[in-house]
Amino acid sequence: MKTQDENAKLKYYTASQWQLIWWRFRKHRLSIIGMTILGIFIIFALFPEFFAPYSATERNGESVLCPPSKIVFKNAEGKFSIVPKVYGFKRERNKETLKMDYVVDESNVQPLKFFIKGEKYKLFGFLPGSIHLYGVEKGYVHLWGTDTMARDIFSRTIFATRSSLSIGILGLAIAFIIGLLIGGVSGYFGGWIDNFFQRLTEFIRSIPTYPLWMGVAAAMPREWGPKTVYFMMTIILGFIGWTTLARRIRSQIISIREADFVIAAKLCGASDMRIIFKHMIPTFISYVIVDLTISFPNMILSETSLSFLGLGLRPPVTSWGVLLKSAQNLNSIINSPWMFIPAIFVILAVLSFSFVGDGLRDAADPYSEKS
Amino acid sequence: MIKYILTKLAIMLVTIFFVSIVVFIIIELPPGDFADNFAAEKASAGETLSQSDVENLKERYGLNQSVYERYFKWIWGIVSRGDFGTSFRYNRPVMMVIGERITFTTCLALLTILFTYLIAIPIGIYSAMRQYTFGDYAFTFVGYLGLSIPSFLLALLLLYFSTKYTNTSIGGLFSPEFQNAPWSLARFVDMLKHIWVAAVVLAVAGTAKIIRTLRATLLDEKSKLYVTAAKARGVSGKTLLLKYPVRVAMNPIASTLGWELSAVISGSPIVAVVLSIPDMGPLYLTSLLSQDMYLAGTLLIFMSLMTIIGTFLSDILLAIMDPRIRLGIKI
Repeated sequence: MKTQDENAKLKYYTASQWQLIWWRFRKHRLSIIGMTILGIFIIFALFPEFFAPYSATERNGESVLCPPSKIVFKNAEGKFSIVPKVYGFKRERNKETLKMDYVVDESNVQPLKFFIKGEKYKLFGFLPGSIHLYGVEKGYVHLWGTDTMARDIFSRTIFATRSSLSIGILGLAIAFIIGLLIGGVSGYFGGWIDNFFQRLTEFIRSIPTYPLWMGVAAAMPREWGPKTVYFMMTIILGFIGWTTLARRIRSQIISIREADFVIAAKLCGASDMRIIFKHMIPTFISYVIVDLTISFPNMILSETSLSFLGLGLRPPVTSWGVLLKSAQNLNSIINSPWMFIPAIFVILAVLSFSFVGDGLRDAADPYSEKS
Repeated sequence: MIKYILTKLAIMLVTIFFVSIVVFIIIELPPGDFADNFAAEKASAGETLSQSDVENLKERYGLNQSVYERYFKWIWGIVSRGDFGTSFRYNRPVMMVIGERITFTTCLALLTILFTYLIAIPIGIYSAMRQYTFGDYAFTFVGYLGLSIPSFLLALLLLYFSTKYTNTSIGGLFSPEFQNAPWSLARFVDMLKHIWVAAVVLAVAGTAKIIRTLRATLLDEKSKLYVTAAKARGVSGKTLLLKYPVRVAMNPIASTLGWELSAVISGSPIVAVVLSIPDMGPLYLTSLLSQDMYLAGTLLIFMSLMTIIGTFLSDILLAIMDPRIRLGIKI
């Protein structure tokens, strides 16, 4: 009869590599938190129409730069109630500055409703729907206020999650393909090819990244539509990130180029491509995945920075960088600091990816386990 | 050693040559040229330029010549008489437009590097020696935060809080009375008073990265046999730490100095734009947007030059620190 301990041991010794990685990964609390946050972001990015009460372009009449709505958990008698209520705003002239100010209107109270019917939308472009996660029946609710064109900042941030994450993923995919090709070829063949690509990588690294890609991004003609610009941005981001990936893949390939199993495959007459893709890459793919996770924040930061300067994505596309661009002006953030709020998404996304990446790195290292 | 330096110097010159080609390609990329752009701008302001005016402009700035011709003319001008071409927008030689901005950018970069290492090295050593203490956790957390806040956001936040709570703007580079004053010690001090904000903002990400590398290498080195052997010989405390593991851990730090400088130069335009520091960054952005090609190209070349020279210096530093590299021994 096997004891429980032996069972656990057996399970450990027969587990696949990915299972082992997952078990080790589970132990990192921060990584799990990071992964949860990323999961939420991905769900936001998939169904922004549901989570956002309004579309990214809907305007709330004249309510320009309206501060975030006040939400209270009180009933009419002022006692605690589980149903959240939203106060509306009215506009009053400030007696000192003579500017029109927003003042909380205690008489205009709306219950905040969940799963409320609102603006119609099409999920993924074809699934019709009209249910939103939250909303009010009359008037508007702005969790994070409105921007200079009276659009709901929360809704816009949710929609921006989609473009920011997807552009990062596409950029990373391009960086990965270039890195895999160049790193793989130069590591596998060595010699002058390796030398050539090494010099090339060093050369590209010697030009400061942002100024270089600012130059390329500025070359995009103003007439280009948002889709072309988006596509170009993925390529630019891909080119920003490939050097580190290529170096990593090259060094991994060099370290196993002379390994017995590679020589055996060569003697059996396997083609170069087959050896690279079937024999070599599976041995270090986990490291590459770690590197991909770690370079993702870089993608997000690059997109945000370029768009912030006005060289990246442009309206009507909403991305985190585009949203933050409107907070560029000191006056606008002094008077309406809520324009800053989308930054929280950027910081959270980058932090989570760093946590997940660190956890994965420890988990993918087979020597990290002391048993 | 001399051979090593000469090889590196030769590589540096070749790199600079290729950089000039890439830079020229990039500034040639946008469709249309400055004359078209200028005409379009005037048109949107309500003025119309006749076709012959546009042609005149093109003639004057040599925009009708072929790409090669313009490239070689530009390079020849730079090499033979240090003439980087004319800025279309300002209608003055590029070097005059850039003027003291180079000094500002250099000051900013050097100050940032100084801050980075002054802050990162002690903290990195502390974190490794006091692993899993409150201090270590606190620094790790701050480090994570530093890596994940975009630099322009940090700059904006500082700008926001300084304006809101102290009512003085930290943007800009000089107090009003020093704005156009000639260089003097007082003006330099005044510049330092303003520039440190940008330097700190730029230093944050690099500092966080170096703390992490230093901590990881030190932790690796600490448990190695040579440290145990030193301990057995009776070396203890600070000497043990600074003489052995720290010396080894400094190598990767020194070898990445060039990249660090490159990262700082790469990030500085954005921060400079936000903090309105009149260095090369904002000028580069506006020159790109208005297709003022020789100005943009020259600025990009200068920024690349700074990183190339930085890498060269860090190579030499590494050779001084590590005899294996100095003597060309392969391991």
